[in-house]
Amino acid sequence: MTQMINAEMSASVWRVLVTPGTEVEADEPILILESMKMEIPVMSDGGRVVEIAVSQGEIVQSGQHLVTVDPS
Amino acid sequence: MKPLAHSTVFIANRGEIANRVIQTARRLGMRTAVLHGAMDADLPYVTNADIAVPTTVVPPVAPYLDISGLVKTAIECGADAVHPGYGFLSENAEFAQAVIEAGLIWVGPSPDVIAAMGNKLHAREVAARLSVPVNGATEPASTSENALRQADELGYPVLVKAANGGGGIGMAMARSEDSLIRAYSRVQETAQRNFASPDVFIERYLDSARHVEVQIFGLPNGRVVALGERDCSVQRRNQKIAEESPAPFLTDEVRSGLVQAAVNLGESISYANAGTVEFLVDMRAGTFVFLEMNTRIQVEHPVTELVTGLDLVELQFRVSFGHDVDIADLNIEPSGHAIEARIYAEDSERFMPRPGKITRWTEPAGSGVRVDSGFTSGNEVTPFFDPLLAKLSVHGATREAALERLGEALADFVVEGPETNLPFLRRLVASPHFSSGRYDTGIVRDLQSEALSGKETA
Repeated sequence: MTQMINAEMSASVWRVLVTPGTEVEADEPILILESMKMEIPVMSDGGRVVEIAVSQGEIVQSGQHLVTVDPS
Repeated sequence: MKPLAHSTVFIANRGEIANRVIQTARRLGMRTAVLHGAMDADLPYVTNADIAVPTTVVPPVAPYLDISGLVKTAIECGADAVHPGYGFLSENAEFAQAVIEAGLIWVGPSPDVIAAMGNKLHAREVAARLSVPVNGATEPASTSENALRQADELGYPVLVKAANGGGGIGMAMARSEDSLIRAYSRVQETAQRNFASPDVFIERYLDSARHVEVQIFGLPNGRVVALGERDCSVQRRNQKIAEESPAPFLTDEVRSGLVQAAVNLGESISYANAGTVEFLVDMRAGTFVFLEMNTRIQVEHPVTELVTGLDLVELQFRVSFGHDVDIADLNIEPSGHAIEARIYAEDSERFMPRPGKITRWTEPAGSGVRVDSGFTSGNEVTPFFDPLLAKLSVHGATREAALERLGEALADFVVEGPETNLPFLRRLVASPHFSSGRYDTGIVRDLQSEALSGKETA
């Protein structure tokens, strides 16, 4: 089942580490959020990244959609 | 000597510490100036300041790290002095130097002293020269082979630390040669990015140690006084959550050893102003090692103020403005027991950041209760700065009395809107781990794993 990953808290997008189409392992960081001086890696259950809905430097709100991953 | 009354201080900081400095400055008849982003316009430190300078610079943290920008703002405010608070540029020798070169008073120790102690390796060298025990190398591990050799001599587990690091950022633990090599390159990279220097060093990792620090105050005549110790062993991610003074179960022998080491260290570098010398104490062996020195006011300074009755920020101002401070006024026997708990905007299980708008804020009050807060009802807690909302500090005749007062005050503290660590703090204070006073730096990990297993069996 397609996995939709949303932001756990409001944050800024510090780094986007992969591009759509990339196969990622479970627990491999897809992007890194920064909130309150803490770096928060965003990970999936693994699969192919089909969409990255945010870009580096963007401010995201709690619950905002970040990434879609198709399990392989 | 410059009169304090009618002078203007620019506070190069924000949140609770800026508000804290304003309280004392106002009592001394000084005017206060601060800098703030648009989202912070309603924060208490902004509304309480005499002059509030707005900025639209992004990211919002940038103006607090911009040396020439801060000095320019201070001059435009007509400031006579700059107080750096903690964090940001408070331990940046270049900033202190720029303030002084602009003809302003720097409320802190001299730039030379900041530079000497800011590098952890250099600070350890100074300590080792004074026969204060240090925990590992006084030289950087310049290559990974070098790191492996040093770790082998010390014995695993070891910590890899950035020489210019601080605040729990730029350190990693390694239990084996393989993990050391990975930790070494990771910390080197973090150190380069955050502290503009790739220098790292290796120290022995102490598993069940206590983190105890000594508050010192140095006078311009070269004398340094110790104002008691603080136990800061309650930490998550190497950042403090609760602190107390005196440190429970510290023997007189270890306490006087810590005080002597801290005073010797301060006097050897002619330290003038407020400073803190941090140690790790092995309670079983009755031994200690020097960790680092902080050349600024510390977050947890209210604990010391409650047991000594001193105002450390006032002392900082008086010494920096060239006023005489009588050493007899500082030779105070601490009285009673004080505990501080830090209220963070974070969840109580994983301690993850929880920014949001504060819809309700009610502080506890009463005798022996002090609240240093950076926020109030209606304020927005943004993701751009650290999660500290307020510090709740209590004082009692005994540790038991202080604990009881803290439990009541935590029950009365209401924050609605962003999730906070108040539930965790209430659990901490009620736990036998904390109330017994026989805890070490593993206490948060132990409490959280117990809570987790309790949930699984429920």
